[in-house]
Amino acid sequence: MEPELLRPLPKPMTPEAKPYWDGLNEGKLMLPKCEDCGKAFFYPRIACPHCHSRNVGWMQASGKGKLYSFQIAYRALNPAFKIAPPYILAMVELEEGPRLLSNMINIEADPDVLKCDMPVEVVFEKQNDEVTIPLFQPAG
Amino acid sequence: MKELSNSVAIVGVDESDEIGKLPDVSLTSLHLQAVHNAVADAGLKISDVDGIFTAGQHSPAMLGEALGITPRYVDGTSVGGCSFIMMVGHAVAALHHGLCDVAVISHGESGRSGTGVTRARDTSLSGQYEMPYGFGGAPTYFGMITTRHMHEYGTTLEDWARVAVSTRAWAGLNPKAMFQDPITVEDVLNSPKLFYPFNLLNICLVTDAGGAVVLTRADRAKDCAKKPVYVRGAGEGTEHTLVTNMADLPLSRATTISGNKAFEMAGVKHSDFDHIMLYDAFTSGPPIMMESLGFCEPGEGVRFFDEGRSDPGGSLPINTNGGGLSYTHSGMYGIFPIIEAVRQQRGECGDRQVPGVKCSLVNGMGGMLSAAGTIVLSHET
Repeated sequence: MEPELLRPLPKPMTPEAKPYWDGLNEGKLMLPKCEDCGKAFFYPRIACPHCHSRNVGWMQASGKGKLYSFQIAYRALNPAFKIAPPYILAMVELEEGPRLLSNMINIEADPDVLKCDMPVEVVFEKQNDEVTIPLFQPAG
Repeated sequence: MKELSNSVAIVGVDESDEIGKLPDVSLTSLHLQAVHNAVADAGLKISDVDGIFTAGQHSPAMLGEALGITPRYVDGTSVGGCSFIMMVGHAVAALHHGLCDVAVISHGESGRSGTGVTRARDTSLSGQYEMPYGFGGAPTYFGMITTRHMHEYGTTLEDWARVAVSTRAWAGLNPKAMFQDPITVEDVLNSPKLFYPFNLLNICLVTDAGGAVVLTRADRAKDCAKKPVYVRGAGEGTEHTLVTNMADLPLSRATTISGNKAFEMAGVKHSDFDHIMLYDAFTSGPPIMMESLGFCEPGEGVRFFDEGRSDPGGSLPINTNGGGLSYTHSGMYGIFPIIEAVRQQRGECGDRQVPGVKCSLVNGMGGMLSAAGTIVLSHET
C-alpha cells in the first residue's frame, strides 16, 4: 500500500513544464531561460515574457534566494492538503530572478520569526516516484 | 476616448430582489431579478435592451436567451470581479458608435450557496505551481501583497483593521448590508486568525447576490425615469494572473494604467473626487488601490482610513455601501460599487448620502490586483 499523500499532486502537468518536473525528480531546480536576452523566468512557457523571443532553453538554478513574502495558514482551504496547520505559505524570489510559491519548512510558523528578505535555500521533497516538489528552509 | 466623455449615462441600477444567504435562488434567477429591477429603475422595458454585457459562468448569449431577447451586441470579458467596471467603458464605446442603444451589464452569483452553479475553470497554472503547497482561494494570495507592503512601508495590522472599522460604520447606515453593528480595531485584531496577516474581519463576506446596470446615450437618457449619471471617464488594465508575476508586489500596475486612462478621459484630477468606491475583498485592498491610483505616496493609503477621512462625515467618504467587507460580496463584487456610486450621484442614499456629492470614483480589481477597471461618474456634465 502506498503511503497517504499529504498534498495535492501538481496537475495537470503541461508538456512545456516537463523539464521542470523531470529536473525535480533528479534533485535539480530547473528554470526556463531565454537564450536571447539571458533572463530566467517562471512559469515554464514557450516564449520569453521579457523580450518575447521564442528561443527558450533551460538552466539549473542555484536553489538559493530570499523569502520575498509570506502568509501563515491557520487552516487549509483544500481538503486534499493534509499538513496540519499552522503552515507557512511562502513566495520565494530566486537568485536568478523568478519568484515561485512554496512552503517554508524547518522554521516556526510565527510572524515574529519570519522576515521578508531572509535568505532561503531549496529542499526537495519526494511525493512519489513521479513527483518531487521544491520546498524552502532558512539558508544555513 | 476623450470625445466619448459624458456621451453615455447610467440610467438604471439595482440588486437582485434580495441579497445575502439565498439557497433557494439560482445563479440564473439572480441575474434575471437584477436585470428586470435595473431596467424598471430606468423606466425602460426588457425589450428595449439590445446590448448584453456579463462575466462569470453565464455567457451573454445564455443571458439573452433567459431574458427572451436577441441582442445585437454582446461582451463577455471575464478578468475577475472588476470585469463589470471595465464593461462600463466597453458599453460607452458600443453605445457611442451605435452598436447598441440600451446596454445592460449584469452580475449574478450564488457565491455562498452554490445554487444552480457548476464550477469549471482552467487550473493548469494554479494546479501545477500553487495548490501542492496549500494555496487556493484569494485569502492565500492577497496576503502576499499585504505582508510585502508591511515590510516595505511599515504598515501594521492596526492600519488594516481601521479599514474594516470605517467600512462597517458605513454599513451601519445601509439597511441592505449583511453586517451593521459597529466594530473596533480590537474586534478585528481579536477575530479568528485565518491566513496571516488576515483575521476573519479582514476578509470580505461570501454571499449570494445579483446586480445590474443599464446604460444609454446621453440624449436618450434624459427621457428615462431617473436623473442620468454620466460616465465621464473609463479605463482598464491587466498585469498578471499569478501573484508571483506581479512586478512590484505592493503596487498594482494594472490599477495605475486603468486609473490614468479614466482620469485623462474625464479630464479630472485627484482633488475633484468627493466620493470613492473601491473593491474591498480584503482590508489592505483599498489603501493599496489609493496608492496605485496616485491619491498618495506608496505606503500612505492607510492614512485615509486612520485619520477618519473615509468615515461617515469624513472629508473623502470611501465605500459608502459598507463594501464587500460588510454589505455584500458574492464573488465578483464589481457591479455593486457602480450601483452605489450611481445612487449617491442621484441623491438616493438616505442616512448614508454624501452631501453635495458631484464626482464619484469607482475602481475595482480582478484576481489579486491582476486586472483593474476604473470609472468616473457624475450627475453633472
